[in-house]
Amino acid sequence: MSVRYLSCGDTAFTVEFGNEISPEINARVMALHAAIGRAKAAGELAGVVETVPTMRSLMVAYDPLAASRADLQPRIDALIARGLPAGLASRRVTLPCCYDDPEFAPDLSEIAKRTKKTVEQVIAAHLASAFKVYVLGFMPGLAYVAGLDQTLYLPRRSEPRVRVPRSTVAIAMDMTTIYPFESPGGWHLIGRTPLWMFDKRREQPVFLAPGDSLSFQRIDRKTFDRIAREVDAGTFDWSKLVTA
Amino acid sequence: MSALKVVRAGLFDTLQDLGRTGFMALGMPTAGAMDRVALRLANALLGNPAGAAGLEIGVMGPDLLVEADSVRVALLGPLSPTLIDGPDAPPKALETDRTHLLKRGQVLRIGMIEGSSTAYLAVAGGFALPSFMGSLSTYARAGVGGFEGRKLAAGDALPLSLERAPPGDDRKLGASFDYGRGPIRIVWGPQEEYFTEAGRNIFVGSDYRVSREADRMGIRFEGPTIEHAVSVEKGGADIISDGIGPGAIQVPGAGLPIVLLADRQTVGGYPKIATVASVDLPRLGRLLPGQTVRFQPVTVEEAEKLRRDQESRIQRAIADFKVARPPGGIDLARLYEENLIDGVIYEQPPV
Repeated sequence: MSVRYLSCGDTAFTVEFGNEISPEINARVMALHAAIGRAKAAGELAGVVETVPTMRSLMVAYDPLAASRADLQPRIDALIARGLPAGLASRRVTLPCCYDDPEFAPDLSEIAKRTKKTVEQVIAAHLASAFKVYVLGFMPGLAYVAGLDQTLYLPRRSEPRVRVPRSTVAIAMDMTTIYPFESPGGWHLIGRTPLWMFDKRREQPVFLAPGDSLSFQRIDRKTFDRIAREVDAGTFDWSKLVTA
Repeated sequence: MSALKVVRAGLFDTLQDLGRTGFMALGMPTAGAMDRVALRLANALLGNPAGAAGLEIGVMGPDLLVEADSVRVALLGPLSPTLIDGPDAPPKALETDRTHLLKRGQVLRIGMIEGSSTAYLAVAGGFALPSFMGSLSTYARAGVGGFEGRKLAAGDALPLSLERAPPGDDRKLGASFDYGRGPIRIVWGPQEEYFTEAGRNIFVGSDYRVSREADRMGIRFEGPTIEHAVSVEKGGADIISDGIGPGAIQVPGAGLPIVLLADRQTVGGYPKIATVASVDLPRLGRLLPGQTVRFQPVTVEEAEKLRRDQESRIQRAIADFKVARPPGGIDLARLYEENLIDGVIYEQPPV
């Protein structure tokens, strides 16, 4: 599988692994992202500032005063030629989600109607989905998480909402997401997590990372309120959400 | 605690450094100065590190009250600032593109910027504010960086690292920095093949006007529409989202170019016909609504060389700084230039 190099001016270029969405292509993107990160940590690839993974490509940002495209491209080629590990070790993350409150999940009954399921079946399908974080972007901490159970596929709402509350869990197409900020949104609102996907008080303000495996754990409103108080107070132990 | 207090807010004043790098993979935009050249020169005039944060002034600046024994500031950009000594004192004109020593109780009125959308104020020793994810750059959409993650408002007190100005002379630019005049240089790609040859020719052969929708995130241009190779109805203006570098020029379905700047989102799903060469990003950061530009293609190698040449010119400008007014003496050059009757005598700065 060959790659294409696309120019992004004199401060970046994009390594494109394909023009389609597939787990195999994304695995190569993530492997190159990790390989460049390791090379940088080892003091190689001077001038590379950072890399930005997406579903099917990796943007490499560089400082044109410290490196040139002509230097860097062969080195990236060499990294790819050396072989990218196929199955990258990924974190397994479990996020608590409350589906029970109509304020949190205003679209549950409509989703059930349109997918010809009961509300409980919709929740069960969301809980059973094997999610993977592919891209963060659009807003800091906003994750595009694919792997939604196929029986829940729906297009985006024809009328986007003006205001979706922070920490709302939503679905559209083959994806789920969690809103890091209150913002407009056109996805179907299925629940809410008491966690903040962007918390500027934390040393690592963004919790999710590209490559994470993700699943949801159902919690009731009482548990939601308890965790929300801990998150608000800054006492919540985030490490218990990560199992590997 | 020493501070500069905002007694009257400007329009959009934020603290910015050279940008927050390393977190784009988490969706965090780089932010940073729209005109990195001006911020660099302002910091260099004061002997600050190149990466120190300064105040980026948007269109109209604030009035700042000195709440420190003294502070040395650098003003960079087409400003007509004034200094007010006390409640009833008349404003005195100050020069721009140089440093000034200010005393407790004085008010610096930065005023309007003429012919640019951005200008900078830096302070000797920098601002005593905590960095966020390694940078002081304000990213207002997420409420992070700079001063409480937002633009300045009346009543804000910007804490200073130094109690008083360091000893030494005021300094000024030897000559205004030349940003260049001709077309804005661009490099084709990453998605130039999403446009017809006619569309690409229109893009580099036409004048484009800065619309009113221009801010730190980007500039929406008005002008002839650029034709997508595949009709918009058939998805010709959609790509699978990929990374967005500084100066990326995306062309959504309407066919008009949007140049994405400091506060741009990290990934996006519109095809990008070209990318502004980094040498000309500071010029983009200075454009005002109504101004027109042309775009001219160069190769990646040419763009890299243009940027290195600009860096040499910045270094030469720094080597060429002049002493602005000798402390305790009469500035003869200024005396002859401006004011033959009264003269201008400056007192010794506190040491």
